[in-house]
Amino acid sequence: MSETVTGRGGSEEASREETVNETQSERVSYLRAGHTLRSWFFTTDHKRIALLYLISVTFFFFIGGMAAGLMRTDLLTPQGDVLSNEGYNRAFTLHGVIMVWFFLIPSIPNVFGNFLIPLMIGARDLAFPRLNLLSWYIYWIGGLFTLWVLLAGGVDTGWTFYTPLSSMFANGNVVMAAAAVFVVGFSSILTGLNFIVTIHTLRAPGMTWGRLPLFVWSHYATSVILVLATPVLTVTLALIVAERLFGLGIFDPALGGDPLLYQHLFWFYSHPAVYIMVLPAMAVVSELVAAAARKPVFGYWFIVFSSLGIAAVGFLVWAHHMFVSGMSMYVGAVFSFLSLVVAVPSGIKVYNWTATLWKGHISLDPPFLFAMGFIGLFVVGGLTGLILAMLALDVHVHDTYFVVAHFHYIMVGGTVSAFFGALHFWWPKMTGRMFSIGWGRLTALFIFFGFNMTFFPQFILGYLGMPRRYHVYDPQFQVLHVLSSAGSTILGFAYLFPFAYLLYALRYGKPSGDNPWEATGLEWTVPSPPPKHNFDEIPVVTREPYDYEVEKEGGA
Amino acid sequence: MTRSGLVEEPFSDPEQQRRAALFGMTIFLATEILLFGGIFAALIFYQAAHREIFVETSRELHIWIATGNTVVLLTSSLFAALAVAAAKAGNGKATGWLLGVTAALGLAFLGLKGWEYALEYGEGLLPLAGGDAKLGEPGKRLFMDLYLMATGLHAVHVTIGVCLLLFIAARIATRATRMPEQATTIEVSTLYWHLIDVIWVFLFPALYLVR
Repeated sequence: MSETVTGRGGSEEASREETVNETQSERVSYLRAGHTLRSWFFTTDHKRIALLYLISVTFFFFIGGMAAGLMRTDLLTPQGDVLSNEGYNRAFTLHGVIMVWFFLIPSIPNVFGNFLIPLMIGARDLAFPRLNLLSWYIYWIGGLFTLWVLLAGGVDTGWTFYTPLSSMFANGNVVMAAAAVFVVGFSSILTGLNFIVTIHTLRAPGMTWGRLPLFVWSHYATSVILVLATPVLTVTLALIVAERLFGLGIFDPALGGDPLLYQHLFWFYSHPAVYIMVLPAMAVVSELVAAAARKPVFGYWFIVFSSLGIAAVGFLVWAHHMFVSGMSMYVGAVFSFLSLVVAVPSGIKVYNWTATLWKGHISLDPPFLFAMGFIGLFVVGGLTGLILAMLALDVHVHDTYFVVAHFHYIMVGGTVSAFFGALHFWWPKMTGRMFSIGWGRLTALFIFFGFNMTFFPQFILGYLGMPRRYHVYDPQFQVLHVLSSAGSTILGFAYLFPFAYLLYALRYGKPSGDNPWEATGLEWTVPSPPPKHNFDEIPVVTREPYDYEVEKEGGA
Repeated sequence: MTRSGLVEEPFSDPEQQRRAALFGMTIFLATEILLFGGIFAALIFYQAAHREIFVETSRELHIWIATGNTVVLLTSSLFAALAVAAAKAGNGKATGWLLGVTAALGLAFLGLKGWEYALEYGEGLLPLAGGDAKLGEPGKRLFMDLYLMATGLHAVHVTIGVCLLLFIAARIATRATRMPEQATTIEVSTLYWHLIDVIWVFLFPALYLVR
């Protein structure tokens, strides 16, 4: 293990001493290219913007996490003794709004996509570097609105802003919260647009579509959804705000308007948004699995087309959120079928990752453990998703903790695990320093166990009939709730570990060398951390992706 | 890496840069279509649900002003297209003037639209405080709510377009933007203008011609 870790990349001065203050690559890296605040806040370097995003999304992750902590504390007892009814509604709404729009959606694309896509395709930057910076500022304008909502007392509609609750009855800061989501949508659109144009126009010579890393393909699929789904949310929120502020009732039943139309428009965005959150996670896992197995990925084109398939079919399944809303049964049957169809490409991916590992020379490094955590949790989340996609079964578990557990398995078990996997895998590339492998492994295990302990009891709770969004509950559910809250404590601490050892590695970590994991891909050919302009000379790609030498190490 | 001519940072040649700019704008226009798509979806959905009252209310709109506006906006797109041709030919002066005429026609559109709103307000048809005297019937109000949202959002886009075109025209006048080297700028911004036009071409029948 240790010889893979110390690395033996191109920078020959690495591993000269135990603690090195500054390596040669670091001296000329993007991190040292300017020390003023201005050089960070007005940078157009995609790598610096990625770091700005990393700090920003982490900040919101902790605010959203604190709201979850409040809820889990309150749920320890059947009575509501920490939060009032109103307070509980506000806690879960803010948790949802912040986690969905200010952490999950921007997390992997805006941090790792931003950092890696140009490096992976052999470009010096994204196609529109200033637009990229603008997207970060727009994100923060939306973020400040959200913080304002938080300080002004919150909002209690749930992250879904359903009408007529949001337009006519809710007392919280609905307009401000909707404005926050409205604004942050433009940040998503700009990022998606930038990625698509970059991948089309800035690939290095020889970087054909068939040689693109799967990370890039999956981000391409994500970007298509970002660009095509987000505007619908934008206009839907604008309609709510118009109804609240100017009395322009579009969904008002008293005028003949239909609240179901709101739900259709909302889920037309928000279901694809689920894929915005999980496709980048799949992007990360494809890279992590191939690097850990030291083998070419099994079925490259199957993984590519399953990403594109998810993006396409993902637009046609939204109404499975509305099976009990009173819409037509025939519509329900069609959407039920389509929702089962969209599970197929996800299944293909899991199958291909597993097949990639078969007979691989697997190294149990932290990134691999996170990837395995992702696959396990994603499979559970995906299979319970099938239960929810079926009309008859959904009626039994709709709006219960079963749904809550299902989507947390995908969003938190899946995406957050992948986020941490990516953070560990590319941390040496981003900072030039290697962290403690032992602590990394421990964190991966703690996150996996803490997560299961938090959310598995919620499947049972939901199946037994515990509805979501209630904080006063029947005492028979208490044991499972206590188990869940205890698990969330472990999970919370596990999320804190990386802060200690990753930041410690910044100062005291060993220089990692160019390619500490001995992975393929253009990003590993440049120094760690990369120089400001990525490549001295734009590389010419002559090799297929993931061309690990399989035969040579056959006996090991 | 360094600027060579007018090729900026990540690009290596002007053709690549032009392709990226046009492609980026095309994607942005797709997002605009989906933005209005939400409103069109609502319009179609409610037109099916409230057929008669929507037709009746549509008859009360000022179709002749809207028709005039359609002519104004289509003509403005002609001047926008001519501006691109002039830019590619390297005629900076003509480009500036043609963009100016396009923007002026955009302002004329906004003026006519404002007049139309004022008339409707006076007639008690506009769902705003004080102007909604004749909107007692729920379906009628719903139609006018949609009408105001759709045309209002469109007017916001026209305003942004006018500002954009005037800004570029001013930059050409002060020689900050040069033709034909930066003809792509004209191409990209007129694409946006054409989209505003196209959206109106769909809004016009959906609101005025459903009678």
